[in-house]
Amino acid sequence: MSIASTQNKGFGAILWDYLTTVDHKKIGNMYIAAGAFFFILGGIEALIIRIQLMAPENDFISAGLYNEMITMHGTTMIFLAATPILVGFMNAIMPLQIGARDVAFPFLNSLGFWLFLFGGIMLNLSWFLGGAPDAGWTAYTPLSTQSPGHGVDFYVMGLQLSGAGTLMGGINFLVTIVTMRAPGMTYMRMPLFTWTTFVASILILFAFPALTVGLFLLMFDRMFGSAFFDVALGGNSVIWQHLFWIFGHPEVYILILPAFGIFSEIFPVFAKKRLFGYSSMVFATFMIAFLGFMVWAHHMFTVGLGPVANAIFAVATMAIAVPTGIKIFNWLATMWGGSIRINSAMLWSLAFIPSFTIGGMTGVMLAASTADFQYHDTYFVVAHFHYVIVGGVVFGILAGLHYWWPKLFGKVLHEGMGKIAFWLFFIGFHLTFFIQHFLGLMGMPRRYWVFLENQGLDTGNLVSTIGAFLMALGSIVFVINVVYTTMKGEKASADPWGTGRTLEWAISSPAPEYNFKQLPLVRGLDPLWIEKMDGNVKMTPAEPLNDIHMPNGSILPLIMTIGFFIASLGFIYQVDSKAWLIVLYAGMAIALGCMLIRSLKDDHGFHIHKEDLEREAD
Amino acid sequence: MTDHTNKLNSFRRHKQKEEMKHQVITFALMIIFTLIAFLVVAAGMDKTYVIPVILTLAVVQVGFQFYYFMHMKDKGHEVIAALIYGGIWIAIITILTFTTIIWW
Amino acid sequence: MSQDHSLNPESFPQDPAKATQEGKHKYIGLWFFLGGETVLFACLFATYLALHQSTAGGPSSQDLFGLELVFIMTILLLTSSLTSVYAIYHMKNNNFKKMQLWFGITALLGIAFLACEIYEFAHYIHEYEFTFRSSAFGSAFYTLVGFHGGHVVFGLSWLIALMVRNAKRGLSLYNAPKYNTFAIYWHFIDVVWVFIFTVVYLMGMVS
Repeated sequence: MSIASTQNKGFGAILWDYLTTVDHKKIGNMYIAAGAFFFILGGIEALIIRIQLMAPENDFISAGLYNEMITMHGTTMIFLAATPILVGFMNAIMPLQIGARDVAFPFLNSLGFWLFLFGGIMLNLSWFLGGAPDAGWTAYTPLSTQSPGHGVDFYVMGLQLSGAGTLMGGINFLVTIVTMRAPGMTYMRMPLFTWTTFVASILILFAFPALTVGLFLLMFDRMFGSAFFDVALGGNSVIWQHLFWIFGHPEVYILILPAFGIFSEIFPVFAKKRLFGYSSMVFATFMIAFLGFMVWAHHMFTVGLGPVANAIFAVATMAIAVPTGIKIFNWLATMWGGSIRINSAMLWSLAFIPSFTIGGMTGVMLAASTADFQYHDTYFVVAHFHYVIVGGVVFGILAGLHYWWPKLFGKVLHEGMGKIAFWLFFIGFHLTFFIQHFLGLMGMPRRYWVFLENQGLDTGNLVSTIGAFLMALGSIVFVINVVYTTMKGEKASADPWGTGRTLEWAISSPAPEYNFKQLPLVRGLDPLWIEKMDGNVKMTPAEPLNDIHMPNGSILPLIMTIGFFIASLGFIYQVDSKAWLIVLYAGMAIALGCMLIRSLKDDHGFHIHKEDLEREAD
Repeated sequence: MTDHTNKLNSFRRHKQKEEMKHQVITFALMIIFTLIAFLVVAAGMDKTYVIPVILTLAVVQVGFQFYYFMHMKDKGHEVIAALIYGGIWIAIITILTFTTIIWW
Repeated sequence: MSQDHSLNPESFPQDPAKATQEGKHKYIGLWFFLGGETVLFACLFATYLALHQSTAGGPSSQDLFGLELVFIMTILLLTSSLTSVYAIYHMKNNNFKKMQLWFGITALLGIAFLACEIYEFAHYIHEYEFTFRSSAFGSAFYTLVGFHGGHVVFGLSWLIALMVRNAKRGLSLYNAPKYNTFAIYWHFIDVVWVFIFTVVYLMGMVS
């Protein structure tokens, strides 16, 4: 059905299909596409920052605009690029890996996506409506409560929307993994990417509410005159820092754990060897998540929490190096003695290991709370977190894109261009950020829009800017690759790598609407590999061929989101004129009305009939 | 309606009755705990004594809610319990920080 | 699987709320959501505890709070928890009318609770000029208690919508999970209230 119907549809029908879809694969692809768009936006902002810092006392952009740039670069990259692309992978791949036909809440899944997208649009709308937020991506109070104009208001409402979307996604994945695993898929047979999705979703569930509360308090202070951060009325600005980092630190692990999962999928496939130390990998994932929640104050060592608190958080932070080390050694041991095939996906994975390890080492340095007083708010910190986020998360995303592209879009990305993109980006990345360690140690503070001549910072900054342009070149080659592949690439087979081990490679590329005609019987870890070793062509079905129940598509999530979007604008502007309250109420009425319709209207879904399934080729 | 209910398996009905009895006992205990907490405060006793007592009563009462009213004691609630305890753990460390290292 | 979700005594499952796959998803999903809500309220409680002495010269918790009203509110909400347990008991016995009746009582108790809360807030504002903007304590107090009140409002709207919608249709495997998840949510609101009356009101009166 999927193939035939997409060929015959006009553009309007396809658009309507995507606006109303509740199919986890389509939603996953939309997450990835929207995330890529924001990634490019954030990348352009990064280039503008680097151009400004190319030479001493440069005046490419004004100080105010520079503040907006750094704020939007950070916010966009974390909330609108990295998180959604990873959520996109989770959406598109995880149900396939556990042998499910969809996620547990398809409607909620679609709602989560639209909330994220409109949150991102809301945030970027600020550029055109009087200036972007300019209080840094951490929006520390009282800087953010004092910031004039509506920039920070857009930050608050945009993140509130997209945060709610992410929270829904997290709950959805958790329920899916708990209830919808195929027969025989026990917890300890789940692929590592599914495991990291599970653990990252737990982190989302517990971390995002803290952000929600923090944003509410900031919103109340800015828009309704409350006094949470107003010292004159007894408020306390440290509260924001705690709330932000109770969310913010786990967020780092929400990003890195799925990336770890992606690498744990790629190494075994291209080393043709099962993952070394599977159970210790699962254990390490849980350890990282557990410890990750008890280290947030290491962002606040210089606030003055006192030696006892600093010491506790320092030790907890250093402890995270242990499970991370377990993972690094397991990946190395997976490749040890394997028959390794090096392609683009593998190149990104191989490059990840040393790059991320450097970021991990500087992390331990920063964790030493006394030494941190020296590093704090310098380019050393900037270098550290870019090594972790780019060297870990972005490399993971690119590796995952190359690896799963056939499963997502039915074509294999061009190898040659993949390699060119990799080398440009990889060299550019190290050029940009390695030298920033030393700039930081020499005392260059972060977030300053200019630096002075002849302080030993000139060459380093120029090198860094050159590196940034190489990264941009690499990204452009990747985009060209995507376009080229879409136009010319051959249709991929079900298992284009030939050595696929997990269930997603057992079904056609791209996966059919219903994923599995018959749910597969899972006989162990790496179920497809087990069948291959037993000489079976495909998975043994666990059920007879039967009608498949499917959820109905719905436009309600989009309308609901638009309602919240309108209401958010009302919230922002009711400060200027009470007439905007009408907009607020109208938006809320739309959103709540949609909720009511959803709740009251019966929606039993539909069935794909057995006869149609039989007619369709494998 | 009544003949519908009568046809239900009598064993099941009996079990449900039994469970309902437990629920009512739970409720009675919760009311008693609440009363004690209010009385202790109304009596105006020393706060170093009162605060631990009312906090303990609250925790026990909430435990009753979770395990009896919300059926967390039933089978098949292992993952649910694990996640609720995860949330409670984060809650504890959050409140601990906010009462100790938010300085003035 | 047939589309017919109506129930007859012969096929009546032990727990109609969890008899279908969708029902199971809803049940577990709501519980996980409550795990997140735990953190949400923890952050609000933590903020309140950090700011509850920051009265900026305005009224303090000892000046404001009285035991009687809070006690009445507590009993109202606790009782509504029990009545929703009764409602679920009748759901498991396939007795739709009694279930609606007990849920109706639950809704009335919830509305009574809400009325008390509105009265309480109005009292503070008019008698003491203690508002959301008076002090950090005021902001934290109204936000914490108000978030709980908002949850009550949402729960009540949810329940009333469910009851009106299904009044003529009776119990089915399609709507049983909806009622059941509401009941769990309602208990959770009660759980939060137990901590509010202990930490905010009772502790606010001693210290």
